[in-house]
Amino acid sequence: MATVAEQWVLVEMVQALYEAPAYHLILEGILILWIIRLLFSKTYKLQERSDLTVKEKEELIEEWQPEPLVPPISKDHPALNYNIVSGPPSHNIVVNGKKCVNFASFNFLGLLDNPRVKAAALASLKKYGVGTCGPRGFYGTFDVHLDLEDRLAKFMKTEEAIIYSYGFATIASAIPAYSKRGDIVFVDRAACFAIQKGLQASRSDIKLFKHNDMADLERLLKEQEMEDQKNPRKARVTRRFIVVEGLYMNTGTICPLPELVKLKYKYKARIFLEESLSFGVLGEHGRGVTEHFGISIDDIDLISANMENSLASIGGFCCGRSFVIDHQRLSGQGYCFSASLPPLLAAAAIEALNIMEENPGIFLVLKEKCERIHKALQGISGLKVVGESLSPAFHLQLTDSTGSREKDVKLLQEIVNHCMDRSIALTQARYLEKEEKCLPPPRRRTGESRAHNQGGGPGCAALGRVLGPGGQPPRSTRTGLCIAAL
Amino acid sequence: MANPGGGAVCNGNLHKHEKQSDGSPSGNCAKNGIVKEAQQNGTPHFYKPIVESFEEAPLHVMVFTYLGYGLGTLFGYLRDFLRSCGIEKCNAAIEREEQKDFVPLYQNFENFYTRNLYMRIRDNWNRPICSAPGSRFDVMERVSDDYNWTFRFTGRIIKDVINMGSYNFLGLAASYDESMRTVKDVLEEYGLGVASTRHEMGTLDKHEELESLVAKFLNVEAAMVFGMGFATNSMNIPALVGKGCLILSDELNHASLVLGARLSGATIRIFKHNNMQSLEKLLRDAVIYGQPRIRRAWKKILILVEGIYSMEGSIVDLPQIVALKKKYKAYLYIDEAHSIGSVGPTGRGVIEFFGLDPRDVDVFMGTFTKSFGAAGGYIAGKKDLVDYLRVHSHSAVYATSMSPPVAEQIIRSMKFIMGLDGTTQGLQRVRQLAKNTRYFRQRLNEMGFIIYGNEESPVIPLLLYMPAKVAAFARHLLNRKIGVVVVGFPATPLAEARARFCVSAAHTREMLDTVLENLDEMGDLLQLKYSRHRKSTRPELYDETSFELED
Repeated sequence: MATVAEQWVLVEMVQALYEAPAYHLILEGILILWIIRLLFSKTYKLQERSDLTVKEKEELIEEWQPEPLVPPISKDHPALNYNIVSGPPSHNIVVNGKKCVNFASFNFLGLLDNPRVKAAALASLKKYGVGTCGPRGFYGTFDVHLDLEDRLAKFMKTEEAIIYSYGFATIASAIPAYSKRGDIVFVDRAACFAIQKGLQASRSDIKLFKHNDMADLERLLKEQEMEDQKNPRKARVTRRFIVVEGLYMNTGTICPLPELVKLKYKYKARIFLEESLSFGVLGEHGRGVTEHFGISIDDIDLISANMENSLASIGGFCCGRSFVIDHQRLSGQGYCFSASLPPLLAAAAIEALNIMEENPGIFLVLKEKCERIHKALQGISGLKVVGESLSPAFHLQLTDSTGSREKDVKLLQEIVNHCMDRSIALTQARYLEKEEKCLPPPRRRTGESRAHNQGGGPGCAALGRVLGPGGQPPRSTRTGLCIAAL
Repeated sequence: MANPGGGAVCNGNLHKHEKQSDGSPSGNCAKNGIVKEAQQNGTPHFYKPIVESFEEAPLHVMVFTYLGYGLGTLFGYLRDFLRSCGIEKCNAAIEREEQKDFVPLYQNFENFYTRNLYMRIRDNWNRPICSAPGSRFDVMERVSDDYNWTFRFTGRIIKDVINMGSYNFLGLAASYDESMRTVKDVLEEYGLGVASTRHEMGTLDKHEELESLVAKFLNVEAAMVFGMGFATNSMNIPALVGKGCLILSDELNHASLVLGARLSGATIRIFKHNNMQSLEKLLRDAVIYGQPRIRRAWKKILILVEGIYSMEGSIVDLPQIVALKKKYKAYLYIDEAHSIGSVGPTGRGVIEFFGLDPRDVDVFMGTFTKSFGAAGGYIAGKKDLVDYLRVHSHSAVYATSMSPPVAEQIIRSMKFIMGLDGTTQGLQRVRQLAKNTRYFRQRLNEMGFIIYGNEESPVIPLLLYMPAKVAAFARHLLNRKIGVVVVGFPATPLAEARARFCVSAAHTREMLDTVLENLDEMGDLLQLKYSRHRKSTRPELYDETSFELED
């Protein structure tokens, strides 16, 4: 029916055309042409392009005043007045001319002034000198580096290890080697600064989950899974990573690795684990958080740690399966484009590994000390201990914040100074407040080393005395303590 | 040539090399802009003429280079096909069985180049050595039973290979001798690590001593030192500039500068290598037009350059840049990784090389890895700048400080160069380096190789072009006990693979002559003498004829 009607209309139209007078057709024709013209002509005239004259340009150049390269810094900024340590930074240090017991360095195993380590480094100095004068690719690979990589891989029971010449650059280079633009990284809110920089360099999508909150992580993973179902083509090439720390530098807490591994297989995301604090600390043999939880190291895709804490040298390493690690030899920026680690530092790290392997007892000693100090520090009015009791670096935080970060920091600094007066060196954990993604509350950090063994007693007791009820009753914020084992 | 590389070959014909140091407008061209001499007029100081050459390769060389890559690619596809059929064994490490259903960690094509081209010639990189990287070193012999997928050490050591690869400009990287006693003492006293950051408990008196010495050496107000050269750039540039700032970066800047610029969040624009017109245009436009879209003026503009470019051997055209920077009120950040200690009459770097005032540069950055035979980096300049970095530098807050014995090695080297050890040996080394550099460059030029860069730069790239020659060159020379560095794509443009020599003050004339003799033979054997500007013998046979002559 409809087609018949349409046909009829068409016929009518043609007929009407024949019947119309000529002037009408001409008029309509002109109108149609006019409309076409209107359609194709520009609706407005472009403004005369107002190019600047040379003189105007010169004036603009003359006029422009940049901001100063750096804003002025007040001379009494706390960071400008460094604590200057004279002599070796071991258990007893001289800070600003004052002898103190060191609770501020990450020298957990006390290997920093170990004579064996020094002797090994000295032998290396005699043979190789100091610098390597080249990146790994261009004659900067020494036999010592290969040895160290081999030893680290064996120690961690992984296929391969790769060393970097700086701890900070390790995880910061490793993350962008794998995770690229468009990939998704799930990362703990409390992740340390090196991880944050690595993520920034990778330009991946970053999803932060609440600190150690597996439910929150699972929520994010689930959300992502829903997203993926909508767009399976994209999901097939979007890599997913979970980046966590073994012991968190910023909180002193341990990551719930078994749950993480479960989530890994459930949602098919790879785990990158940063173990700078837990390597050489946790586990029966100091292999870190995997050993602590009894998890097969193969379940973790990549483990990174620095050699600057327990191993008391400089540099960092990544370890895992060759399939993963080998890729960094061409893609890890801090590996390819940086001079390699000075051989004497590599030799020191090897010797430190030897010591760790020969005396697995030190890890137990360290653990006991950590627990003892944690216990001793409980119940100081106004200060609370933050972090796991087996963490050798933990924080003291003000129980009630004064409300302003500045005041808290000042108060904590007073506590630190007070301790310093009583020959206990502590330090405030420092942050770049503008740069941190999620700024932890101010705190003092304490590194405990096995060093305070003479120690385990006097140092600890002294610390307890100073911080304890006898000392000034401090109100609140955090400070750090590092405990050492030897 | 019915192959997918055929396209590339055509490109080779068209490929234009416009890399010239046509920096200064007052320069006079010789030989269609290939050798360039730029004389600075109109400025009160005397400046050195900048003599840099970037000779173009003859056409047939480019054709064969692209052909080589084309064939390599073709065979790569073939072998990938064979591997996927299971005919050829795949040696690459594979994913765990449990994680096969994960999203692949690498995309297949990402590693195509590595798997099929780099793997064939992989033995020329990462050669392990087992002695100090002095003027001669010992290379550990290694063989591969599976075409470079894995290496096996034979246990033999190739002794006394002449080292033309390490950045040991002043010969200060050497095995222990009595002059390093202080390093040993510091090692014995302090140990190796520091186990804390600068802000917390990691500032040692050694660091303070080093920093004041560096400031004195560079003749600036203050300096700060960091534990790693790469990190010095990548962790401090973000402290200086940020959103709303503009970074103008040379296209050939080192990866660490690029990373630092990227991390800063500032807008980055690239200018052509050492090309002042390109830089001026960017500067002008930036100042006049401000930020795109929001149209506010830039907060500040930072120019990032290097002193000596490590792959080109060129020296930055500093007088021009300083003039531009002053005119447009930009800030200048100069990375002296390769130039500190190695150029300038007393080794103070490019500032001294050009006779400029240190106050003309806002940020000096350099590394201790090269001339000083140690590790780490510094930033130096006005006191305000350094104070700001002490507070805001990422590495001062979060990264471990420099190892004390390494710091002591730098102190020792610096004192040696400055003559504070009571001898003039340091100065002699600097002069010897300049002498060696000129000699080596001049001889290579005479032999007819194409070499890049400034005639006073101790980094000397010798162009090889073809990928097959890269491997042949390095392997032959190792057999003749000469260790060289060869570099190709992606560190250089695809068609410009090269060998890079680093001359050292520790090289004796005999060593250099041995190397040169071998290079001469090698040049004939591998047909490497591409240059059409032979200075010595046939002055009239320049451009047109050499095409046929060399074929």
